[in-house]
Amino acid sequence: MIRKPIIAALLAWALPLAAVAQGAADEAVTTFTLDNGMEVVVVEDHRAPAVQHMVWYRAGSADEPKGASGVAHFLEHLLFKATDKMEAGEFSATVAANGGRDNAFTSYDYTAYFQRVAADRLELMMRMEADRMKNIRLTPENIRTERDVILEERNQRTENNPNALFGEQLNAAQFLNHRYGTPIIGWRHEMEELDLEDALSFYETYYSPNNAILVVSGDVEPEEVKRLAEQYYGVIPANPDLPERIRTEEPPQIAERRLIYRDPRVAQPYVSRSYLAPERDPGEQEKAAALTILAEILGGGTTSFLAEKLQFDSQLATYTGAFYRGTSLDDTTFDLVVVPAAGVTLEQAEDAMDQALAIFLEEGIDPEQLERIKYQLRASQIYARDDADAVGNRYGRALSIGLTVEDVQNWPKVLDAVTEEQIMQAAREVFDRRQSVTGWLMKEEAAQ
Amino acid sequence: MRLIYALILTLLASLPARAEVDIQEVTSPGGLTAWLVEDQSIPFAALEIRFRGGASLDPRDKLGAVNLMTALLEEGAGEMDAREFSRATEALASAISFDASRDAVSISARFLTENREATGALLRAALTEPRFDAEAIERVRGQVLSIIQSDLKDPDDIAGDTFGKIAYGDHPYAFPVNGTIETVTGLTREDLVQAHSDVLARDRIYIGAVGDITPEQLGSLLDEVLGDLPEEGAPMPPEAEVQIPPGVTVVDFATPQSVALFGQPGIKQSDPDYFAAVLLNYVLGGGSFESRLMEEVREKRGLTYGVYSYLLSRDLAEVWMGSVASANDRIAEAVQVIRDEWAKAAEEGITEEELEAAKTYITGAYPLRFDGNAPIANILVGMQMLGLPIDYIATRNDKVEAVTMADIERVAAELMDPEGLHFVVVGQPEGLKSTAPSDG
Repeated sequence: MIRKPIIAALLAWALPLAAVAQGAADEAVTTFTLDNGMEVVVVEDHRAPAVQHMVWYRAGSADEPKGASGVAHFLEHLLFKATDKMEAGEFSATVAANGGRDNAFTSYDYTAYFQRVAADRLELMMRMEADRMKNIRLTPENIRTERDVILEERNQRTENNPNALFGEQLNAAQFLNHRYGTPIIGWRHEMEELDLEDALSFYETYYSPNNAILVVSGDVEPEEVKRLAEQYYGVIPANPDLPERIRTEEPPQIAERRLIYRDPRVAQPYVSRSYLAPERDPGEQEKAAALTILAEILGGGTTSFLAEKLQFDSQLATYTGAFYRGTSLDDTTFDLVVVPAAGVTLEQAEDAMDQALAIFLEEGIDPEQLERIKYQLRASQIYARDDADAVGNRYGRALSIGLTVEDVQNWPKVLDAVTEEQIMQAAREVFDRRQSVTGWLMKEEAAQ
Repeated sequence: MRLIYALILTLLASLPARAEVDIQEVTSPGGLTAWLVEDQSIPFAALEIRFRGGASLDPRDKLGAVNLMTALLEEGAGEMDAREFSRATEALASAISFDASRDAVSISARFLTENREATGALLRAALTEPRFDAEAIERVRGQVLSIIQSDLKDPDDIAGDTFGKIAYGDHPYAFPVNGTIETVTGLTREDLVQAHSDVLARDRIYIGAVGDITPEQLGSLLDEVLGDLPEEGAPMPPEAEVQIPPGVTVVDFATPQSVALFGQPGIKQSDPDYFAAVLLNYVLGGGSFESRLMEEVREKRGLTYGVYSYLLSRDLAEVWMGSVASANDRIAEAVQVIRDEWAKAAEEGITEEELEAAKTYITGAYPLRFDGNAPIANILVGMQMLGLPIDYIATRNDKVEAVTMADIERVAAELMDPEGLHFVVVGQPEGLKSTAPSDG
């Protein structure tokens, strides 16, 4: 079975999927909050003398002002330039000179910075990361060259990739009024206009300890992390003017949307369908848990319902998939993808997908499949203990969208408790065509 | 900057200079050898099995046979059809994956301790009793053809394919692992059975295991899974004669950003100068943000999101490669800057300060690789395939530290060939034209 290449090729545009990742019951996790409001999570794993140090800001592309799309990600790049104490590039050079690796990433709801180094280098990482929380110094030259870099990044990720361009258009159609409809990297015409003022305004508004989460995983002791965190982050004053995180909301979605995108670079046409879907909420994760398992049942591989119907019973599809990303601040999407087999039209593929969904809603869930999925979820808690960094990432992502430590720790139990009835109820609610976008990605024969 | 470096270097004494990995060599009752790291802290184990040869054993008219055969191992075996095999794997919460690359067919497995024997039975069925059902062959062939078609319109794949043809001539490395539309369409069940007996044989197996498994348990697992495989497979292909002409090859492709691959002949991993080359490459284009190429092409000029160079030392050929992507109207400048940096390093080498920083990174990053059962199992197999001694991990950083400025200067002068550096550019680059006839 070939899975990865197809997924990689077709879903390059898709969001980083927080698969069905689990928290282990006996994870060595300690959490506390500094006096200035900065939350701290420590995940211990003493098997190797390494540590991952991360700072997550509760600020992502969906928090950007109108007209400045891409500024959250632009600022992420600019944080590697100079501060009062360091030259441009010195941050990464210092991490490397200590045998470590560093990087950062931006999503809709958060921006995160991380380093992986030998455990005895943690203090140096904290000193530098705390420094750039408040003290970056940017020049007009930084803005000019780094804006060219992000435009080339957009070229590489999006303009050169018809799947990514298609995904952008689908997302924009899905969200009528919410910023999730705007790409994280930004619309090209707005990126071209980003300036120093845009970057600094976003920085000053959102980068402060009371809007940040520190996550340290690896060969560390919680008391030592606390001492260092107080020394380096604890002395930074909270921002009293941190705005409340209020975003424009979706109006009722009452009209199904359909899109066709043609591109001469398309080799493999496919059908994509997304539905507006609820996300994980603090203390209320049951519906998101049901949707998480629904995605596994419908499109989680060879034994999934869609694969069974479209790839085995009728050989109409080369690939089928279902995806749900519940770790989101606001309403998210539930996505389906069908890649038709040779000689099958997109219309036939879409019809077959809809027939399969209708049969699923009629027949319900195979209890043996649900039992296998739950056993795998339980096993994944054991496997997760082999990767403390992944555990740390999970906490950072969840806390940055407003979930609590308790929510993260309860999540495996909530998943395990999901019933067939809850999953079917969630399916009936989410598969509402009025709130959906269907896209056909097609070849265009006449290349210029 | 210089001050901070000085401060850091004095701290290095406390840096863990070696990874603490205790490797045992295990020989099964049936005579199979494996390397094992026992670690009972989590009740699961990772197993990595590799068969040397891989897709390079494809006959010229059967390109893609090894890849399709490998993809079909989990699509029906013994009493189970494809779906039954999948359900059985899921019911154990085991992960089993099969992959064909140029130099090897790899089997990666992960299983809970309580399911070790049951997972062994599934692996045994997949490796020794694959069914190659007609239905499965057609279904997976369709998937492979879909991937090949996508690759034909992907600028990165077009660049890789074009460079391979230029560098490797007639050698198997010049041809795609997935095969071509024509060859894959023509593959028969007999071809797959042949590929299976060519590749999956006991004379070319390398095994690494890490986690909650004892030497005795590993020995009996290996005999169960691999014991019935044939003794000998097909002869290995010869080494490739790498011949890269100087110049530029432009492949016209309508897309906004040109993708470039560049390269020249490389160096064997067994060469005494290999670590000198690794350090030199790190300074030139191997370090992510720190390299000269990143500094000149990205940080100073904003010409790209990423530019890298890397030593690609495979079983049968060695090349020194790099990649960059820039908008069509800027790629020519990026290419020129890279050429200039290549020439500068060849003529002047690197500074002592750069060498020290590279050593610190390369030695400091080494222990961080050993971060989980599966990554360690992979490293164990890689070491065996290179013929490294079992205590190599403890001595590797000393070899890096031993590299001198004189070594670097020699390698820069003898190995680097700025005149010979060839660029393949896929896109519609302004100001760049093919200098040599392209068969791409």
